[in-house]
Amino acid sequence: MNNPPDLKYTKSHEWVRLEGDVATIGITDHAQSELGDIVFIDMPEVGRALQAEESFGTVESVKTVSDLYAPIAGEVIAVNEALGARSELVNTAPFGEGWLVKVRVSNPADVDALLDADAYTVIAEA
Amino acid sequence: MPRRNVPTPTLVFEKSVPGRTGCNLPKADTPPVDLEAVLGETRADLVLPEISELDTVRHFTNLSQINYGIDTGFYPLGSCTMKYNPRINERTAQIPGFTHLHPMQPVETIQGALQILVGVQDILKEITGFDEICLQPVAGAHGEMTCLMLIKAYHEARGDAKRTVVLIPDSAHGTNPASAARCGYAVRSIPTDAEGVTDLGALEKALDDSVAGLMLTNPSTLGLFEPNIEAVCAMVHRAGGLVFCDGANMNAMVGTTRPGDHGFDCMHLNLHKTFSTPHGGGGPGCGAIGLKAHLAPFLPTPVVRKEGEAYVLDEDRPQSIGRVSPFFGQFLMEVRAYTYLMAYGRERMADISRYSVLNANYVMARLRDVLPPAHDRFCMHECVLTAKRYKQYGVRALDISKRLIDYGFHPPTNYFPLIVPEAMMIEPTETEGKDTLDRFCDAMIAICHEAETDPDLLHAAPISQIVGRLDETAAVKNLDVRWRA
Repeated sequence: MNNPPDLKYTKSHEWVRLEGDVATIGITDHAQSELGDIVFIDMPEVGRALQAEESFGTVESVKTVSDLYAPIAGEVIAVNEALGARSELVNTAPFGEGWLVKVRVSNPADVDALLDADAYTVIAEA
Repeated sequence: MPRRNVPTPTLVFEKSVPGRTGCNLPKADTPPVDLEAVLGETRADLVLPEISELDTVRHFTNLSQINYGIDTGFYPLGSCTMKYNPRINERTAQIPGFTHLHPMQPVETIQGALQILVGVQDILKEITGFDEICLQPVAGAHGEMTCLMLIKAYHEARGDAKRTVVLIPDSAHGTNPASAARCGYAVRSIPTDAEGVTDLGALEKALDDSVAGLMLTNPSTLGLFEPNIEAVCAMVHRAGGLVFCDGANMNAMVGTTRPGDHGFDCMHLNLHKTFSTPHGGGGPGCGAIGLKAHLAPFLPTPVVRKEGEAYVLDEDRPQSIGRVSPFFGQFLMEVRAYTYLMAYGRERMADISRYSVLNANYVMARLRDVLPPAHDRFCMHECVLTAKRYKQYGVRALDISKRLIDYGFHPPTNYFPLIVPEAMMIEPTETEGKDTLDRFCDAMIAICHEAETDPDLLHAAPISQIVGRLDETAAVKNLDVRWRA
């Protein structure tokens, strides 16, 4: 698994890209591979305030339904509308076009506490 | 693998030829009626197929030949108990005295039918160790929900309104959280420990006076008997909650051990799994429930019981949760289950669990070198194996299952339970002989060898059927079950 070194990760297989105080959140290549073909994603409303580790939506694949967990606290400012019609983008480009939500983070320093790519790779390959 | 020699199926409508008929109706002895005058406007495009009797017979015979069921081959679908349904069940269920009954007949004219219901109730009480049995629920999840309604009624009758949470281990059946949510409960998940059993520490922490009850699948979906079951029940009872047993896996316990003796307050049974009534398309189901005396006041009505020499329908139960099914549930399923129970008899009943457990352990032992068990200990009526090692060849559990179709077997359950990576859940049941199990294990071993040497064979599978690998994503996203667009 190729986990980009510039991202931060959670044990529950989400990734975070921080730009200023805006974090883009998605699920990892490992997560999409374990889930299999993704058919539906239940996204939060724009404007919703998320607590860290709170479930903010679900992702449904042909195998299973899994919760999505907020890596950090913040307010949802955008959701990836393209996934409504093309949920397969999460499978084909989990770190790119398949991003899920953008969040204005309450405290950007929180992101530092998340896993780096090496630490996450150890978990994903366990 | 030769492609099966069956014609590509068409719909019966596509076989229609204008003017062709399949039956000779007698000359009408009543005056014709103008349909539009009676019904209003009719639609000319809603037509019946015009097809001969022979073509009709061929149509349905050919369709039946591309079906796969327990009558055509081994069906080791984990968690589903696809055992043989003895033919004698169908014979008794077709006795005109049963099939010609009407549910609104006076009770004195249906004494024989009620005797059957009480007979099934009495035997199931003895098998499960519960004080009461209700046969009304018509599916497993319906039985679960009925039990939760009883638990809710019990707490409410005691004026205990603060219990809003149901605890469910992560190795439970997927319907459990749905049933709890349907009854208005919040669900709290309890993790399974490294040994594959309920984590007692986590359970203790989750128990407080908001807990209405625990739903526990035993044996669990990992195919493992909960070794601390009595302690688990006692812990929940101490916190004021009740304990429900998901009895989908009862096949592992029949005649050997009884959930009522383990400390459970109530349970559901799947007569269509454990007691050999038809399954799947042949249904309908029966999700009978068992319960202890303290839940009896809340039983669904009518309660069928014997009073002196007569069988009665007891509707006078003020604390009842009411009906959960029209009339008495699926009556002919009870006739089939009664036949099965009587045919086995008390003495041989334990053979069901003994042979189902033996068969599952035999399969686990024969496959362990290619597909190791998720938890390496004696399993119950099903074994959960992991195909994780074949990921390095780009092969997933699903690919192995699809290839198994080419070898002539129904695949096992995949990707369940969710807590096992690349899970393959195999439940042979007690009705298979060693020769069938060996052919199945030989096929699985051959496929695992193919996974290492020629993974593309598995990716292309199945290649022997009238259709190849189906697009499951499109099936979910663009569901279209109409003939015409």
